Amino acid sequence: MLSPSTVQAIRESDAVPGSEYLLDVTGVRKEFPGVLALDNVELRLRPGTVHALMGENGAGKSTLMKIIAGIYTPDAGSFKLRNQEIRLSSPLDALENGIAMIHQELNLMNPMTVAENIWIRREPRTAFGFIDHRELRRRTDALFKQLNIPIDPEVEVGKLSVANRQMVEIAKAVSYESDVLIMDEPTSALTEREVEHLFEIIRTLKAQGKGIIYITHKMNELFEIADEVSVFRDGKYIATKPASDLTRDDIIRMMVGREISQMFPKQTVPIGGVVLRVRDLALKGVFEGISFDLKAGEILGIAGLVGAGRSNIAETIFGVTPASSGTIEIQGKTVSVTSPAIAMQHGLAFLTEDRKETGCFLLLDIQENAQVASLRSGYVRYGFVEEDRLSRDCEAMTQALRVKTPDMSEPILNLSGGNQQKVLIARWLLTKPRILILDEPTRGIDVGAKAEIHRMISDLAGQGVAVIMISSEMPEILGMSDRIMTVRQGRMSGMLERAEANQVKIMEMAAQ
Amino acid sequence: MTLLQDATSPAKAPKRRKLSSELSILGVLVGIALIFEVLGWIFVGSSFLANQQRLSIIILQVSVIGIIAVGMTQVIITSGIDLSAGSVVGLAAMASASLAQSSTDMRAVYPALTDLWPIWPILAGLFVGLLIGTINGLLIAKTNIPPFIATLGTMVAARGLAKWYTNGQPIALLTPEFTWLGRSFNILGFPLPLPVIIFLVVAFLGHIALRYTRYGKFTYAIGANPQAARVSGINIGAHLIKVYIVCGLLSGLAGVVTAARAASAQAAMGTSYELDAIAAAVIGGTSLAGGVGRMTGTVIGTIILGVMMSGFTFLKVGSYYQEVIKGAIIVLAVAVDQYRRSRKTKA
Repeated sequence: MLSPSTVQAIRESDAVPGSEYLLDVTGVRKEFPGVLALDNVELRLRPGTVHALMGENGAGKSTLMKIIAGIYTPDAGSFKLRNQEIRLSSPLDALENGIAMIHQELNLMNPMTVAENIWIRREPRTAFGFIDHRELRRRTDALFKQLNIPIDPEVEVGKLSVANRQMVEIAKAVSYESDVLIMDEPTSALTEREVEHLFEIIRTLKAQGKGIIYITHKMNELFEIADEVSVFRDGKYIATKPASDLTRDDIIRMMVGREISQMFPKQTVPIGGVVLRVRDLALKGVFEGISFDLKAGEILGIAGLVGAGRSNIAETIFGVTPASSGTIEIQGKTVSVTSPAIAMQHGLAFLTEDRKETGCFLLLDIQENAQVASLRSGYVRYGFVEEDRLSRDCEAMTQALRVKTPDMSEPILNLSGGNQQKVLIARWLLTKPRILILDEPTRGIDVGAKAEIHRMISDLAGQGVAVIMISSEMPEILGMSDRIMTVRQGRMSGMLERAEANQVKIMEMAAQ
Repeated sequence: MTLLQDATSPAKAPKRRKLSSELSILGVLVGIALIFEVLGWIFVGSSFLANQQRLSIIILQVSVIGIIAVGMTQVIITSGIDLSAGSVVGLAAMASASLAQSSTDMRAVYPALTDLWPIWPILAGLFVGLLIGTINGLLIAKTNIPPFIATLGTMVAARGLAKWYTNGQPIALLTPEFTWLGRSFNILGFPLPLPVIIFLVVAFLGHIALRYTRYGKFTYAIGANPQAARVSGINIGAHLIKVYIVCGLLSGLAGVVTAARAASAQAAMGTSYELDAIAAAVIGGTSLAGGVGRMTGTVIGTIILGVMMSGFTFLKVGSYYQEVIKGAIIVLAVAVDQYRRSRKTKA
């Protein structure tokens, strides 16, 4: 009989590098034109564990993941999979070697069914070479049963919710019998219940001995699911530690290399008169009965579950989807907001939730992205753009917001998420708004940029701008808002003053 | 930090222009010309480039396509397409020629309207372009019909109108004042045809519009991401109508020039010009996915088409082979450009 301590000792002796790692990459270097994205970076993944990657946007996490998933080839470094040195030439190559990546943007073919998506390229055939639909269904059912996923394999992927599409992506990765699964912010669009389900699936996978690399910005998730944590900063590897040895502050310190004293600094500022009065606003079939006042210098937080109608309310106020009934009064005048252009004429600005879909012009450069909203009413004389004044102001604004870029003619595609977000904020500030609507202003953004954006919002309120801020992050809502409106299933379910608000009350009012 | 004050900072060095893509297209042009030069010495025994007359013909024969390509580039940047351009050329040529006939023609379309001042036939051709362009724009902006289908419809309809207009009869005997538009002038001993000047002026104006006006900035924004453009306060429908009107007007102008050059008009004029114009734009680096393209590239792309056409004639390649080779070169040029781009973004 071995005593428990001996077993422990044997385990530890096994734990020397290179012996029990599923994946062992060291000395990885990757250079893009003008940027050293990764500099001597390492990552060691044990089977049956969840390994969280933390770091600010631009720290190099995504680049490293793309190297591991075969999308990029590294300039230097050793890459060992199950102790075998390998070189991946393509994502397919990675997949066939048992490495699957579940992207932040889902890569499924919407018009095809769930089962077809999962088994694409590997469909079972009948004796005549046609696709064997019965076998396809059987395999999918078996896979879903193993993962406890309640989705009909015959349904079109396009008809599924984001959460369910994510489940399909995960099932697809598992169907390749992958040992290494990379998840890039899998919970960013999920509700709490969906996150719980995802975590259950992750635990199942862990029990099967798979290694999961988990990129996230959410600290509480990390402590719930991760076994080990690796931190990166500015393209460099900082450290790997067991999650249980770390505190939230430890991780933040490692990520930013500095102390963040206060993450959500809403200063007290004088509150002015009512600038926006919304009465009985409704969009047929989506939300109804929305009434509130918004004052100058005030930050109104809107909380609620994803899908409760928060973003729809913002879109209607801004004229993206005009209201079916109700009134909007801006600066005391009733305005029929039937298009974003009309909203902008009345001093509204709207930072949308989805940076890629409705925010960035990915093909265009920073300057072109920042200027676009101001061209409607300013900087244009006889149809000609006043280039000099415009580029000076755009540059000054992006500098004030600390966008990290060598040059305004850099394509926005090359910026990290946080910097893209700052460019979009610059776009709206250049229009000099009096009412600013922010939908998830810090989603998918690193801690440092987050604090900067919070400080900026607070400053704007101090200058008399009225702010509506939609957020799924409780600390952000609680820290920033003067008042908090909760929305549940398309209806207002409550309005809390800053002093009386707390996490429990908000959750109670938002939950279904 | 006072974010809402007028943010001013010391003026920086002027923004550096991104010229690399134009340079590479120019390289393709020079390469193709040099290939013809070498083949010329081998097979024909004379120089391809050292021939003043040929040089002016190279641009002259593509100037009409170039005029259309200026409009087409703008449409493609919005991620649209205008298939009706060639038919508009035919209809506009017929409409303008019918008002440009000389009284010596016993069978004039409008015997009472002969020997008119040339402004009328020009306006008639432009009006046709304006009309079809407006219809295209309205169809695309107000209904959800994709540009490909909407302009396919007007392409067929406009060609039908052109044939119906004179029951398929050609229109001839145009006044010398009108055909003056298709003539050449000697400037410093170099023959410069008016269609070429019109093309270059139109391209210059197009370049200014795309680069320096709000119209241009919005055109790129809509092509790059229509949803983001809408949220940024751009009225997409109204802007698209403008863009298709511009393309229609330029196609109408191209029709007027075509009639003036030929000193006659027939319903089949301009057939498949839209495809050449699309090819010129795409060879010049305009992306069919929208959001990317430059007028300088389109001008070079147009000249590449011209060099290929006269090069093949110079080498006495049969016209059927010419089309096959032209098709292959268009595909090749775009493939090379795609490859170059993908290398650049992947790094």
